[in-house]
Amino acid sequence: MSKTAAMTPDSISPDAPRSDAIQAARWQDYFQLMKPRVMSLVVFTGLTGLLAARAPVHPLLGAVAVLCIAIGAGASGALNMWYDADIDRQMRRTRGRPVPAGKVKGEEAATLGVVLSLLSVMFLGFAVNWFAAGLLAFTIVFYAVVYTMWLKRWTAQNIVIGGLAGALPPAIGWAAATGHAPLNAWLMVAIIFFWTPPHFWALSLYVTTDYAKAGVPMLPVVKGAKETRKQILIYSLILIPICLSPVLTGLGGPIYLAVAALGGAVFLVLAWRVFASKAGDAADPRVTDRALYEVDEDKHAAGAKAARNLFAFSILYLFALFAALLGEAVAGVPALELLK
Amino acid sequence: MNQPVDDKAARDAAAKARNGRNIAIGLGLAAFVVLVFIVTLVRLGANVAQPHP
Repeated sequence: MSKTAAMTPDSISPDAPRSDAIQAARWQDYFQLMKPRVMSLVVFTGLTGLLAARAPVHPLLGAVAVLCIAIGAGASGALNMWYDADIDRQMRRTRGRPVPAGKVKGEEAATLGVVLSLLSVMFLGFAVNWFAAGLLAFTIVFYAVVYTMWLKRWTAQNIVIGGLAGALPPAIGWAAATGHAPLNAWLMVAIIFFWTPPHFWALSLYVTTDYAKAGVPMLPVVKGAKETRKQILIYSLILIPICLSPVLTGLGGPIYLAVAALGGAVFLVLAWRVFASKAGDAADPRVTDRALYEVDEDKHAAGAKAARNLFAFSILYLFALFAALLGEAVAGVPALELLK
Repeated sequence: MNQPVDDKAARDAAAKARNGRNIAIGLGLAAFVVLVFIVTLVRLGANVAQPHP
Protein backbone atom coordinates (compact mmCIF):
# COMPACT_ATOMS: atom_id res chain seq x y z
CA MET A 1 0.00 0.00 0.00
CA SER A 2 1.35 3.44 -0.84
CA LYS A 3 1.43 6.33 1.60
CA THR A 4 -0.90 8.25 -0.74
CA ALA A 5 -3.45 5.47 -0.67
CA ALA A 6 -3.46 5.51 3.10
CA MET A 7 -4.44 9.19 3.09
CA THR A 8 -7.57 9.00 0.96
CA PRO A 9 -10.43 10.95 2.55
CA ASP A 10 -12.57 7.83 2.85
CA SER A 11 -9.96 6.10 4.95
CA ILE A 12 -9.65 8.89 7.51
CA SER A 13 -11.92 8.62 10.49
CA PRO A 14 -14.16 11.68 10.84
CA ASP A 15 -13.51 11.86 14.56
CA ALA A 16 -9.75 11.83 14.10
CA PRO A 17 -7.93 15.00 15.18
CA ARG A 18 -6.92 17.28 12.33
CA SER A 19 -3.21 17.95 12.00
CA ASP A 20 -3.76 21.48 10.68
CA ALA A 21 -5.03 22.64 14.08
CA ILE A 22 -1.77 22.67 16.02
CA GLN A 23 -2.03 23.10 19.77
CA ALA A 24 0.72 24.61 21.89
CA ALA A 25 3.21 21.77 22.19
CA ARG A 26 4.79 21.04 25.55
CA TRP A 27 8.27 19.55 25.91
CA GLN A 28 6.60 16.30 26.98
CA ASP A 29 4.98 16.07 23.55
CA TYR A 30 8.39 16.14 21.89
CA PHE A 31 9.61 13.52 24.36
CA GLN A 32 6.65 11.32 23.43
CA LEU A 33 7.82 11.49 19.80
CA MET A 34 10.86 9.51 20.90
CA LYS A 35 8.74 6.55 22.05
CA PRO A 36 10.10 6.40 25.63
CA ARG A 37 8.84 2.86 26.22
CA VAL A 38 10.79 1.60 23.21
CA MET A 39 13.78 3.63 24.41
CA SER A 40 13.66 1.93 27.81
CA LEU A 41 13.71 -1.52 26.16
CA VAL A 42 16.62 -0.46 23.94
CA VAL A 43 18.53 0.88 26.96
CA PHE A 44 18.04 -2.47 28.68
CA THR A 45 19.17 -4.64 25.76
CA GLY A 46 21.99 -2.26 24.79
CA LEU A 47 23.28 -2.21 28.37
CA THR A 48 23.10 -6.00 28.48
CA GLY A 49 25.19 -6.22 25.30
CA LEU A 50 27.70 -3.76 26.75
CA LEU A 51 28.13 -5.68 30.01
CA ALA A 52 27.80 -9.20 28.56
CA ALA A 53 30.95 -8.47 26.52
CA ARG A 54 32.75 -8.61 29.89
CA ALA A 55 35.37 -6.12 28.69
CA PRO A 56 36.82 -3.29 30.79
CA VAL A 57 34.89 -0.12 29.93
CA HIS A 58 35.16 3.29 31.54
CA PRO A 59 31.84 3.74 33.37
CA LEU A 60 31.27 7.19 31.87
CA LEU A 61 31.96 6.02 28.32
CA GLY A 62 29.68 3.04 28.88
CA ALA A 63 26.94 5.38 30.05
CA VAL A 64 27.52 7.63 27.03
CA ALA A 65 27.22 4.60 24.74
CA VAL A 66 23.89 3.59 26.27
CA LEU A 67 22.69 7.21 26.14
CA CYS A 68 23.57 7.47 22.45
CA ILE A 69 21.81 4.17 21.70
CA ALA A 70 18.71 5.47 23.51
CA ILE A 71 18.77 8.83 21.71
CA GLY A 72 19.32 7.09 18.37
CA ALA A 73 16.30 4.88 19.06
CA GLY A 74 14.29 7.94 20.04
CA ALA A 75 15.35 9.72 16.86
CA SER A 76 14.17 6.85 14.67
CA GLY A 77 10.92 6.83 16.67
CA ALA A 78 10.40 10.52 15.87
CA LEU A 79 11.05 9.88 12.17
CA ASN A 80 8.58 6.99 12.31
CA MET A 81 5.92 9.19 13.91
CA TRP A 82 6.46 11.87 11.26
CA TYR A 83 6.12 9.48 8.32
CA ASP A 84 3.36 7.30 9.77
CA ALA A 85 1.09 10.11 11.00
CA ASP A 86 -1.49 9.28 8.32
CA ILE A 87 -1.96 5.69 9.47
CA ASP A 88 -1.45 6.49 13.17
CA ARG A 89 -4.47 8.79 12.85
CA GLN A 90 -6.67 5.85 11.93
CA MET A 91 -5.80 3.43 14.73
CA ARG A 92 -7.08 3.67 18.32
CA ARG A 93 -3.73 2.60 19.73
CA THR A 94 -1.80 5.38 17.96
CA ARG A 95 -4.40 8.12 17.48
CA GLY A 96 -3.21 10.02 20.56
CA ARG A 97 0.41 10.32 19.38
CA PRO A 98 1.66 13.93 19.19
CA VAL A 99 1.53 14.36 15.39
CA PRO A 100 -1.89 12.81 14.63
CA ALA A 101 -3.30 14.45 17.77
CA GLY A 102 -2.26 17.83 16.37
CA LYS A 103 0.15 18.68 19.18
CA VAL A 104 3.35 18.70 17.09
CA LYS A 105 3.78 19.47 13.39
CA GLY A 106 5.05 16.65 11.19
CA GLU A 107 7.99 18.80 10.03
CA GLU A 108 9.03 19.35 13.64
CA ALA A 109 8.98 15.62 14.32
CA ALA A 110 11.10 15.01 11.21
CA THR A 111 13.56 17.73 12.18
CA LEU A 112 13.89 16.38 15.70
CA GLY A 113 14.50 12.91 14.29
CA VAL A 114 17.22 14.01 11.87
CA VAL A 115 19.02 16.23 14.40
CA LEU A 116 19.01 13.59 17.14
CA SER A 117 20.11 10.89 14.67
CA LEU A 118 23.16 12.92 13.65
CA LEU A 119 23.90 13.91 17.22
CA SER A 120 23.72 10.38 18.63
CA VAL A 121 25.82 8.78 15.87
CA MET A 122 28.50 11.49 15.87
CA PHE A 123 28.77 11.59 19.65
CA LEU A 124 28.99 7.80 19.90
CA GLY A 125 31.70 7.82 17.25
CA PHE A 126 33.80 10.54 18.84
CA ALA A 127 33.31 9.42 22.45
CA VAL A 128 33.43 5.62 22.10
CA ASN A 129 34.25 4.12 18.70
CA TRP A 130 33.17 4.41 15.08
CA PHE A 131 32.21 0.75 14.63
CA ALA A 132 29.50 1.12 17.26
CA ALA A 133 28.50 4.45 15.70
CA GLY A 134 28.23 2.82 12.29
CA LEU A 135 25.99 0.09 13.68
CA LEU A 136 23.81 2.74 15.32
CA ALA A 137 23.56 4.68 12.05
CA PHE A 138 22.59 1.49 10.23
CA THR A 139 19.93 0.76 12.87
CA ILE A 140 18.38 4.23 12.55
CA VAL A 141 18.33 4.14 8.75
CA PHE A 142 16.97 0.59 8.74
CA TYR A 143 14.09 1.49 11.07
CA ALA A 144 13.23 4.90 9.64
CA VAL A 145 13.71 4.15 5.94
CA VAL A 146 13.66 0.41 5.27
CA TYR A 147 10.94 -0.49 7.81
CA THR A 148 8.85 2.67 8.16
CA MET A 149 8.92 4.00 4.61
CA TRP A 150 9.03 0.72 2.73
CA LEU A 151 8.35 -2.60 4.46
CA LYS A 152 5.53 -1.55 6.78
CA ARG A 153 3.19 -0.53 3.96
CA TRP A 154 4.35 -3.11 1.43
CA THR A 155 4.65 -6.62 2.84
CA ALA A 156 3.11 -8.81 5.51
CA GLN A 157 6.67 -9.75 6.48
CA ASN A 158 7.17 -6.12 7.59
CA ILE A 159 7.83 -6.83 11.24
CA VAL A 160 10.00 -9.88 10.50
CA ILE A 161 12.58 -7.96 8.48
CA GLY A 162 11.97 -4.63 10.22
CA GLY A 163 12.50 -6.35 13.55
CA LEU A 164 16.23 -6.28 12.84
CA ALA A 165 16.29 -2.61 13.84
CA GLY A 166 14.90 -3.41 17.26
CA ALA A 167 17.25 -6.36 17.60
CA LEU A 168 20.55 -4.56 16.99
CA PRO A 169 21.09 -2.59 20.25
CA PRO A 170 22.87 -5.48 22.06
CA ALA A 171 25.39 -5.65 19.20
CA ILE A 172 25.88 -1.88 19.39
CA GLY A 173 26.46 -2.18 23.14
CA TRP A 174 28.93 -5.02 22.62
CA ALA A 175 30.72 -3.05 19.90
CA ALA A 176 30.90 -0.03 22.19
CA ALA A 177 32.63 -2.16 24.84
CA THR A 178 35.06 -4.04 22.64
CA GLY A 179 35.25 -2.38 19.22
CA HIS A 180 33.97 -5.51 17.46
CA ALA A 181 30.89 -7.74 17.36
CA PRO A 182 31.59 -11.50 17.60
CA LEU A 183 29.15 -14.42 17.35
CA ASN A 184 27.82 -13.99 20.87
CA ALA A 185 26.76 -10.41 20.13
CA TRP A 186 24.84 -11.59 17.07
CA LEU A 187 23.22 -14.38 19.08
CA MET A 188 21.64 -11.69 21.27
CA VAL A 189 20.49 -9.95 18.09
CA ALA A 190 19.06 -13.23 16.79
CA ILE A 191 17.10 -13.79 20.00
CA ILE A 192 15.27 -10.46 19.64
CA PHE A 193 14.96 -10.87 15.87
CA PHE A 194 13.16 -14.23 16.10
CA TRP A 195 11.21 -13.17 19.19
CA THR A 196 9.62 -10.21 17.39
CA PRO A 197 7.29 -12.06 14.96
CA PRO A 198 5.46 -14.25 17.51
CA HIS A 199 5.30 -11.29 19.89
CA PHE A 200 3.73 -8.81 17.43
CA TRP A 201 1.61 -11.32 15.56
CA ALA A 202 0.08 -12.48 18.85
CA LEU A 203 -0.90 -8.84 19.44
CA SER A 204 -2.14 -8.38 15.90
CA LEU A 205 -4.46 -11.39 16.24
CA TYR A 206 -6.67 -9.40 18.56
CA VAL A 207 -6.26 -5.87 17.14
CA THR A 208 -6.62 -7.02 13.53
CA THR A 209 -9.48 -4.70 12.73
CA ASP A 210 -7.39 -1.62 13.53
CA TYR A 211 -4.56 -2.63 11.21
CA ALA A 212 -7.06 -3.49 8.48
CA LYS A 213 -8.74 -0.11 8.81
CA ALA A 214 -5.40 1.67 8.47
CA GLY A 215 -4.45 -0.49 5.48
CA VAL A 216 -1.30 -1.84 7.13
CA PRO A 217 -0.57 -5.30 5.66
CA MET A 218 -0.09 -7.13 8.94
CA LEU A 219 -0.06 -10.89 8.47
CA PRO A 220 -3.60 -11.53 9.82
CA VAL A 221 -4.95 -8.88 7.45
CA VAL A 222 -3.23 -10.26 4.35
CA LYS A 223 -2.92 -14.00 4.95
CA GLY A 224 -5.61 -14.56 7.57
CA ALA A 225 -5.61 -15.64 11.19
CA LYS A 226 -4.98 -19.34 10.51
CA GLU A 227 -1.76 -18.68 8.60
CA THR A 228 -0.69 -16.20 11.31
CA ARG A 229 -1.20 -18.83 14.02
CA LYS A 230 0.92 -21.26 11.99
CA GLN A 231 3.68 -18.67 11.48
CA ILE A 232 3.67 -17.90 15.21
CA LEU A 233 4.28 -21.57 15.98
CA ILE A 234 7.03 -21.88 13.33
CA TYR A 235 8.90 -18.81 14.59
CA SER A 236 8.51 -20.01 18.18
CA LEU A 237 10.07 -23.36 17.23
CA ILE A 238 13.01 -21.48 15.71
CA LEU A 239 13.26 -19.04 18.61
CA ILE A 240 13.68 -21.45 21.50
CA PRO A 241 16.80 -23.28 20.21
CA ILE A 242 18.36 -19.90 19.48
CA CYS A 243 17.58 -18.80 23.04
CA LEU A 244 19.34 -21.93 24.33
CA SER A 245 22.42 -21.54 22.12
CA PRO A 246 24.24 -18.94 24.29
CA VAL A 247 25.11 -21.73 26.75
CA LEU A 248 26.99 -23.49 23.94
CA THR A 249 29.07 -20.48 22.92
CA GLY A 250 30.21 -19.05 26.24
CA LEU A 251 27.64 -16.28 26.58
CA GLY A 252 25.09 -17.62 29.06
CA GLY A 253 25.66 -19.34 32.40
CA PRO A 254 23.58 -21.73 34.51
CA ILE A 255 21.00 -19.09 35.51
CA TYR A 256 20.50 -18.18 31.87
CA LEU A 257 20.16 -21.86 30.95
CA ALA A 258 17.41 -22.36 33.54
CA VAL A 259 15.52 -19.26 32.41
CA ALA A 260 15.86 -20.06 28.71
CA ALA A 261 14.83 -23.71 29.12
CA LEU A 262 11.90 -23.25 31.49
CA GLY A 263 10.64 -20.07 29.86
CA GLY A 264 11.13 -21.61 26.43
CA ALA A 265 8.97 -24.59 27.37
CA VAL A 266 6.18 -22.27 28.55
CA PHE A 267 6.58 -20.17 25.40
CA LEU A 268 6.15 -23.23 23.20
CA VAL A 269 3.06 -24.38 25.12
CA LEU A 270 1.48 -20.93 24.74
CA ALA A 271 2.40 -20.79 21.04
CA TRP A 272 0.82 -24.22 20.56
CA ARG A 273 -2.35 -23.02 22.32
CA VAL A 274 -2.53 -20.06 19.94
CA PHE A 275 -2.02 -22.43 17.00
CA ALA A 276 -4.82 -24.69 18.24
CA SER A 277 -7.16 -21.79 19.02
CA LYS A 278 -9.35 -19.65 16.82
CA ALA A 279 -7.55 -16.45 17.83
CA GLY A 280 -8.09 -13.75 15.24
CA ASP A 281 -10.96 -15.52 13.49
CA ALA A 282 -13.37 -12.99 14.97
CA ALA A 283 -12.58 -9.54 16.28
CA ASP A 284 -12.88 -8.98 19.98
CA PRO A 285 -14.96 -5.81 20.36
CA ARG A 286 -13.90 -5.34 23.95
CA VAL A 287 -10.26 -4.73 23.11
CA THR A 288 -9.21 -1.18 23.82
CA ASP A 289 -5.86 0.48 24.32
CA ARG A 290 -5.97 -0.27 28.03
CA ALA A 291 -6.88 -3.91 27.52
CA LEU A 292 -3.79 -4.98 25.59
CA TYR A 293 -2.28 -6.80 28.52
CA GLU A 294 -5.50 -7.90 30.19
CA VAL A 295 -6.44 -11.54 29.87
CA ASP A 296 -10.11 -12.25 30.07
CA GLU A 297 -12.23 -15.31 29.37
CA ASP A 298 -15.04 -14.67 26.95
CA LYS A 299 -16.85 -17.08 24.68
CA HIS A 300 -17.05 -14.42 22.00
CA ALA A 301 -13.37 -13.54 22.11
CA ALA A 302 -12.60 -16.37 19.65
CA GLY A 303 -9.33 -17.47 21.26
CA ALA A 304 -8.17 -13.94 22.05
CA LYS A 305 -7.13 -15.15 25.48
CA ALA A 306 -4.55 -17.53 24.00
CA ALA A 307 -3.09 -14.73 21.88
CA ARG A 308 -3.02 -12.34 24.83
CA ASN A 309 -1.33 -14.93 27.03
CA LEU A 310 1.44 -15.42 24.46
CA PHE A 311 1.81 -11.67 23.92
CA ALA A 312 2.13 -11.00 27.66
CA PHE A 313 4.46 -13.94 28.29
CA SER A 314 6.70 -13.06 25.34
CA ILE A 315 7.50 -9.73 27.00
CA LEU A 316 8.30 -11.47 30.28
CA TYR A 317 10.43 -14.11 28.52
CA LEU A 318 12.60 -11.61 26.65
CA PHE A 319 13.03 -9.52 29.79
CA ALA A 320 14.00 -12.60 31.82
CA LEU A 321 16.54 -13.78 29.22
CA PHE A 322 18.34 -10.46 29.09
CA ALA A 323 18.06 -9.93 32.84
CA ALA A 324 19.75 -13.32 33.32
CA LEU A 325 22.59 -12.37 30.96
CA LEU A 326 22.93 -8.98 32.65
CA GLY A 327 22.84 -10.45 36.15
CA GLU A 328 25.43 -13.11 35.33
CA ALA A 329 27.75 -10.54 33.76
CA VAL A 330 27.48 -8.16 36.73
CA ALA A 331 27.85 -10.95 39.30
CA GLY A 332 30.72 -12.55 37.39
CA VAL A 333 28.97 -15.90 37.03
CA PRO A 334 31.09 -17.99 34.64
CA ALA A 335 29.42 -18.66 31.31
CA LEU A 336 28.87 -22.21 30.10
CA GLU A 337 30.66 -23.28 26.97
CA LEU A 338 29.16 -26.68 26.26
CA LEU A 339 30.54 -26.81 22.71
CA LYS A 340 34.13 -27.01 23.98
CA MET B 1 -9.47 23.10 18.98
CA ASN B 2 -10.21 25.42 16.05
CA GLN B 3 -11.29 28.37 18.23
CA PRO B 4 -9.74 31.82 17.59
CA VAL B 5 -6.16 32.06 18.81
CA ASP B 6 -6.96 35.34 20.54
CA ASP B 7 -8.55 33.41 23.32
CA LYS B 8 -6.66 34.45 26.47
CA ALA B 9 -6.59 30.99 28.01
CA ALA B 10 -5.12 29.57 24.81
CA ARG B 11 -2.47 32.30 24.70
CA ASP B 12 -1.55 31.68 28.33
CA ALA B 13 -1.30 27.97 27.68
CA ALA B 14 0.87 28.61 24.61
CA ALA B 15 3.17 30.91 26.58
CA LYS B 16 3.48 28.37 29.38
CA ALA B 17 4.21 25.58 26.91
CA ARG B 18 6.84 27.72 25.15
CA ASN B 19 8.48 28.54 28.47
CA GLY B 20 8.64 24.84 29.31
CA ARG B 21 10.16 24.03 25.92
CA ASN B 22 12.79 26.75 26.35
CA ILE B 23 13.79 25.45 29.76
CA ALA B 24 13.98 21.87 28.45
CA ILE B 25 16.18 22.93 25.50
CA GLY B 26 18.40 25.01 27.80
CA LEU B 27 18.88 22.17 30.26
CA GLY B 28 19.51 19.72 27.44
CA LEU B 29 22.16 21.92 25.85
CA ALA B 30 23.86 22.56 29.19
CA ALA B 31 23.93 18.84 29.96
CA PHE B 32 25.37 18.12 26.50
CA VAL B 33 28.15 20.70 26.93
CA VAL B 34 29.09 19.30 30.35
CA LEU B 35 29.02 15.74 28.97
CA VAL B 36 31.29 16.64 26.04
CA PHE B 37 33.71 18.33 28.45
CA ILE B 38 33.87 15.33 30.79
CA VAL B 39 34.19 12.84 27.91
CA THR B 40 37.07 14.93 26.54
CA LEU B 41 38.82 14.76 29.90
CA VAL B 42 38.33 11.00 30.10
CA ARG B 43 39.59 10.38 26.57
CA LEU B 44 42.55 12.76 27.01
CA GLY B 45 43.35 11.20 30.37
CA ALA B 46 43.38 7.71 28.86
CA ASN B 47 45.74 8.83 26.10
CA VAL B 48 48.06 10.59 28.53
CA ALA B 49 48.17 7.48 30.72
CA GLN B 50 49.08 5.29 27.74
CA PRO B 51 51.28 7.47 25.51
CA HIS B 52 52.18 6.11 22.10
CA PRO B 53 55.91 5.38 21.65
